[in-house]
Amino acid sequence: MAYLDHAATTPMLPEAIEAMTAQLSVTGNASSLHAAGRRARRTVEESRETLADSLGARPSEVVFTAGGTEADNLAVKGLYWSRRDADPRRTRVLTGPVEHHAVLDAVDWLADHEGATVEHLPVDRYGRVYPEDLREAILRNPDDVAMITVMWANNEIGTIMPVRELAAVAAEFGIPMHADAVQAFGQLEVDFARSGLAAMTVSGHKIGGPFGIGALLLGRDHTPVPVLHGGGQERHVRSGTLDAPAIASFAVAGRLAAERREEFARRVGALRDDLVTAVRRAVPDAVLGGDPDPAGRLPANAHFSFPGCEGDSLLLLLDAQGIACSTGSACTAGIAQPSHVLLATGTDPDLARGTLRFSLGHTSTEEDVKALAEAIGPAVERARTAGLS
Amino acid sequence: MTQTSQRPLRVLAAMSGGVDSAVAAARAVEAGHDVTGVHLALSANPQSFRTGARGCCTIEDSRDARRAADVIGIPFYVWDLAERFREDVVEDFVAEYEAGRTPNPCLRCNEKIKFAALLDKALALGFDAVCTGHYATVVLTEDGGRELHRASDMAKDQSYVLGVLDEKQLAHAMFPLGDTLTTKDEIRAEAERRGLAVAKKPDSHDICFIADGDTQGFLANRLGGPAEGDIVDEAGTKVGTHEGAFGFTIGQRKGLKIGHPAPDGKPRYVLDISPVNNTVTVGPVEALDVTSLTAIKPRWCGTPPSGPGTYTAQLRAHGGESEVTAELVDGSELHVTFTEPVRGVAPGQAVVLYDGTRVVGSATIAKTVRRERVAAGG
Repeated sequence: MAYLDHAATTPMLPEAIEAMTAQLSVTGNASSLHAAGRRARRTVEESRETLADSLGARPSEVVFTAGGTEADNLAVKGLYWSRRDADPRRTRVLTGPVEHHAVLDAVDWLADHEGATVEHLPVDRYGRVYPEDLREAILRNPDDVAMITVMWANNEIGTIMPVRELAAVAAEFGIPMHADAVQAFGQLEVDFARSGLAAMTVSGHKIGGPFGIGALLLGRDHTPVPVLHGGGQERHVRSGTLDAPAIASFAVAGRLAAERREEFARRVGALRDDLVTAVRRAVPDAVLGGDPDPAGRLPANAHFSFPGCEGDSLLLLLDAQGIACSTGSACTAGIAQPSHVLLATGTDPDLARGTLRFSLGHTSTEEDVKALAEAIGPAVERARTAGLS
Repeated sequence: MTQTSQRPLRVLAAMSGGVDSAVAAARAVEAGHDVTGVHLALSANPQSFRTGARGCCTIEDSRDARRAADVIGIPFYVWDLAERFREDVVEDFVAEYEAGRTPNPCLRCNEKIKFAALLDKALALGFDAVCTGHYATVVLTEDGGRELHRASDMAKDQSYVLGVLDEKQLAHAMFPLGDTLTTKDEIRAEAERRGLAVAKKPDSHDICFIADGDTQGFLANRLGGPAEGDIVDEAGTKVGTHEGAFGFTIGQRKGLKIGHPAPDGKPRYVLDISPVNNTVTVGPVEALDVTSLTAIKPRWCGTPPSGPGTYTAQLRAHGGESEVTAELVDGSELHVTFTEPVRGVAPGQAVVLYDGTRVVGSATIAKTVRRERVAAGG
């Protein structure tokens, strides 16, 4: 089987599995005062330090959540609420049009239910947001901007955003900016302190850690209104019993992701380049999505549109041959919708129906690429016969 | 005569989320075929949960189908055929009612969606056959041809709604439930035994895109709201009013809301619907007797019959059989004469001709000829 869907989720690292299983058999709530609690707390706090270290953050800036979606929701809604509470004029949210649904839908919810005005910043054909456009948007009325959220790197087409430059503009005006760095962590240098961001989302299962654990890196000056209320854990920002086994495992995966990042990016980037070459050779009219400059995109991401094909048909045909990939962002209803990312980057809607994302990871091999290279030509030919229904 | 071919086929199983199609897919796997499940998203708004809906268009059904596919152990996809369905089935349904006819959307769906749009795509993607949970039997003839027959269990037979399939469509159709001599309860028991959670799911509505079963309301909504018109008797005398002629069906007795009885005290039935002047004609049950009909757009399951022949005919889903003689005229019109008059024949419905259990072909009823009667009270 050729697993080319690491951006959906990647296999857990053996070290992360070991760390998790070791903790699963140990009793203790990190909030308890007795010895068992202290032991669990020690695990959690050491993990927090490890993760902070891997991300260029202080331990107190790590707020554990139940995953990337929750961290995005906490940042977007929480920062919006706290900023608006401090000054009711602040109802404008600035964001990009190619965000993950965890941000996109959270922002839309604020517009529908909390009186927010959402402004989508302009993007180039790769989905990239530019600092001067952000500045221009802020300058229209610097007093009414509640928060800014722009992803570090796009999950579908892999485009890397100039996050530091954007955060610098936001900082000039004292506006908190959040970035979803779920796809960036492990592939790019993600240094929270250097980024200048107020908040940043990372997730466990995209870097070889477990499902159901993530974190919001949160500057100490920022206190978002909680989404989850309860026992007051995590700076009172995120209540809920701390998941010590998942946190320990996440920290190990995070440490290894940071340590191995350069080597990973080099190795997987080369494989990705081979994959792109092979697909183009097999299907000369395939259109590469995202930035063709390797410096501008995630090293593990390849994205193609195949004219005249339904992405679903291609997925079915490749799946039948043991090749796993994605048509874009996974959709809960299972019904293909043209990707908002592609539409926002000006892709022809018909072309946007025939897209596939191939994403590599730590277990990817040359054989995976070879399997795809052999299968993609006939699959595209067949899918073209089936056409666009 | 056997349904299952010896050769393992690549089969696309249409899975509605109901129990029949799930068991059909499981049986296809058991017969050794390489099966992939597909759920057809047919609703224009697949995101909506419609409470109480038991049709084939909800997210819930899609999830049920997916869960069944997971249990059976086959790949599963959702294909969005909502646009084709809207054009070929829903719009056709509305237009037919608007013209005073009574369409059968399930036939249309089988003809245009399941065994056309879906089958074409399946074949293009390298599948050999489409499998559904219909109760009907495909029989291989000695010369390698295909025949469609009634299901072994006449009580569950659905060959009527498949009567529109031609030989080419039939060549790629698989109905694993067709030779089941079991009750629906036993199909449910089989589903249970196979670990399929849909075992206890209620049966679907007749018309999947009318979630609440309120056809009148659906049509009123589509055809511009109620337009009051007259209900008249056979002599043309006004006996009541209605709120839109399109909602009625020939032979309908309930829901006329006339309020006062006929002079002879007998119940009245819808005899005729005239959308042009928005009039519904009612009369006694005898006036429904039809002696012959003309049907158009014939589709043959194999070679069209030459010359007049004796057949049995079925005139609606779950309807009984009638003895007829039928003849194809000019290759495009089917003339059907009943040995004994039949009641409640509605233009727009299909007449399906059978030779024994074999489906010969079908056509859409265009005109009916009523039996001449001695005027009531004359």
